[in-house]
Amino acid sequence: MHESILANGLTVLVQEVHTAPLASVWCWYKVGSRDEGPGVTGVSHWVEHMNFKGTTNIPRDQVKGIIEQFGGSWNGYTWIDQTTYLETATADALDRMLFIEAERMASCLYEPADCESERTVIISELQGGDNDPEQRLDTEMTATAFKAHPYRHPTIGWLGDLKAMTREDLYGHYRRYYVPNNATLVVVGDVNTADVLTRVNAAFGAIAPGTPARRATTVEPPQEAERRVHLRKPGTTAYWRAAFHAPRFADPDFFPLLALDAILTGASGLNIWSGGSVPTPQRSARLYRAIVNAGLASSIGGFLAPTAEPYLYAISATVAHGQTLAAVEAAVLEQCALIAHDGATPAELARVRAQLRARFVFDGGSVTDLAHQLGYFATIGRWQDWGEVNARLDAVTLDQVNAAAATYLTADNRTLGIFEPTAGADGEAR
Amino acid sequence: MALAPARRVLPNGLTIIAARNRLIPAVSLAIGVNAGASADPDGATGTAALTARVLDKGTARYVADAIADELDGRGASLSVGAGRQQIVVSATCLVGDLGAVLPVACDVARAPAFPEAEVTTRRAELLTAIREAADDPGSVAVDALNAALYPHGHPQGRPVRGYAGDVEALTRAHLQAFHRRAFAPSAATVVIVGDLDADGLVDAVSAQMGDWTGPAPAPAAALAAPAIAERRLVVRAMPDKSQADVAYGFVGLSRLDDDYYPALVMNNALGQYALGGRLGDSIRERQGMAYYVFSSLDAGLAAGPLMVRAGVAAENVQRTIDSIDAELRAVLAEGFTAAEVNDTKKYLIGSLPRQLETNGGIASFLLSAEMFGLGMDHDVRLPDRIARVTHEDVARVTRRLLDPARATVVVAGPWTGPAA
Repeated sequence: MHESILANGLTVLVQEVHTAPLASVWCWYKVGSRDEGPGVTGVSHWVEHMNFKGTTNIPRDQVKGIIEQFGGSWNGYTWIDQTTYLETATADALDRMLFIEAERMASCLYEPADCESERTVIISELQGGDNDPEQRLDTEMTATAFKAHPYRHPTIGWLGDLKAMTREDLYGHYRRYYVPNNATLVVVGDVNTADVLTRVNAAFGAIAPGTPARRATTVEPPQEAERRVHLRKPGTTAYWRAAFHAPRFADPDFFPLLALDAILTGASGLNIWSGGSVPTPQRSARLYRAIVNAGLASSIGGFLAPTAEPYLYAISATVAHGQTLAAVEAAVLEQCALIAHDGATPAELARVRAQLRARFVFDGGSVTDLAHQLGYFATIGRWQDWGEVNARLDAVTLDQVNAAAATYLTADNRTLGIFEPTAGADGEAR
Repeated sequence: MALAPARRVLPNGLTIIAARNRLIPAVSLAIGVNAGASADPDGATGTAALTARVLDKGTARYVADAIADELDGRGASLSVGAGRQQIVVSATCLVGDLGAVLPVACDVARAPAFPEAEVTTRRAELLTAIREAADDPGSVAVDALNAALYPHGHPQGRPVRGYAGDVEALTRAHLQAFHRRAFAPSAATVVIVGDLDADGLVDAVSAQMGDWTGPAPAPAAALAAPAIAERRLVVRAMPDKSQADVAYGFVGLSRLDDDYYPALVMNNALGQYALGGRLGDSIRERQGMAYYVFSSLDAGLAAGPLMVRAGVAAENVQRTIDSIDAELRAVLAEGFTAAEVNDTKKYLIGSLPRQLETNGGIASFLLSAEMFGLGMDHDVRLPDRIARVTHEDVARVTRRLLDPARATVVVAGPWTGPAA
């Protein structure tokens, strides 16, 4: 791993991997939905969409195919802490990938007509998500669990803001945050480090640094009492969910909680980009046994993501046909109380340690994933964090796991949510 | 870099394929058995889907808890999925754990116990999944399109997950009979990819599977799927949903059809390339109507559907259908441009190294190459197979498959039909 910082402040990370003739380039920005205030929720994500629509040197009609010509793919995502863009292609496309990212950083056009046509694309994205009851429940619960911190609003934004935002809102946000000293460029693959640095300098060196807006530092006040969300909507299936305030990645409690999650629901690793590509080992997990094997739910999952500030640990269950929300809730909460009171066993900790060690290997199973992990951790903390996950995992003790259970899995720290299906407008449960 | 996999057919008929990949110290295993939903007995849809869910919940040698102990303590992942053609047992583990994981995965395919209690639990899971799909406009639209495109009783017209009424009636005996009939070494392929010597991997699988016996299953009769002759509209009203899903499609072609590669290129140019090909240009980029719009070509042993999908607001449903019609009429009348065809071919060829980077990607590719008899050098020959597709080939397959006058159009969501 090589790290450089250009004169304009751009952090560059390069890792050579020569197993396949591929390279992956990611450009990360420290801006996400937590940087959005009232009236402009969703602006970071909309800006991400606009940054695929042509630049000074990539005319609108030449966007299509610009990386596909090299057999490559490109994409991007926006979440609470970050916005990122990637290309993966054969390594001979390196200059093209760097050119695209340099253009994206400094020269996107924001044609008014493009802003308008993308408004309705994003509203369609939001409404497609609303068709999914679990996503609706997640949105409502996140907004309930946080009352002060901007993690409370969905990354896609509230519909009213999406209807009202202007081209100047988008362009202003873009100019404020898309500066080299707010970005990390990651290159992983079949490349030569010195050669990459020369090319990166040529592509990015002339981009002037800026002054990214100071990130809001709202501290979510401690939750004083259990909160509840009860959604009643037409549907066919009941969903149950709990969200507990959780430590940020840098907190010493993060890895104990990660181990606790693995004990409860199976180890799902630390790659939010492709972590689902290898199914989570759940057979021995406490909640899988107590809820799914018992026939109460058809699935159960845990979600604990590395974040820059304290976010949420979520447990979600799909109620099995013929079972009840009340039975699922009672059984999950009983298991939470049990582990908070009696603790986990040494055998459980040993098992999830092995699971997580394997997951961290699978988490880097392609040059795209390796580059993702480096950039992700650089953006929410330090890139070195990715190299230290095994050491932090190894240092977790049973006492710490038990303390995490007692600290975080409490009634006062949780928001419970249920989606209760009602009969549809046609009078029939679908 | 050619994959150059090792391949061996055992005396019992089992095919084993292995390839080395050095990226990470891990191994991916896929045991594909020609026992997908196409083999579901009439009136017992969901048999393959439920078999897959119960298959890894206890075997002759390992009760469910023993499987959990063998796998979970090593961070190994084992899962079983049912598709239309195959049930696939998949495992991923660290290189050092293969010796413990391989016997379990093999026993899951060979000797599942189908414990009664597990059948009950997993049947309820599958029924829940069926009910969830009934509330999802995308699944409703695709299911309705398949049902409309294929004649009654054709396996391609039924959802892999099955119909609730059929699944409710499935018992342990159904799963045992299905396994006895369809699971046999001659109907199975084991693909294993990871950072280990390929010949050694073949030996390791051979040691686990060499004594598996079973009669060769009768080959499934491929049912004909007559092309639809007229335009049809099917509406599945879901008034409480936020937006509608459009599924617009045709009976496509088989993977073994001479026109497969032209169709692959045509589908990519129509609704895949960059942000959804021509359809993406129109419906997403120019008109801003949809977050997703794409086409897909499902070419299996049977002629699967060629389908255009889009998720749009109710007020844009008609405009979306009209836009799909307009794009299809345009490519029928004028064809794709030479640049479109060339760009798409270049992309399909150039994307191969990405497709073949990961253990899982290589395993899927080799499993498919074996199923369709494409040869163990398919990765080497594929670029030429695509490069040989001509502009006229694409025009021919466009005329064959894409006539809007014969399209079946399904809309599921808050839309009740065209304005009177």
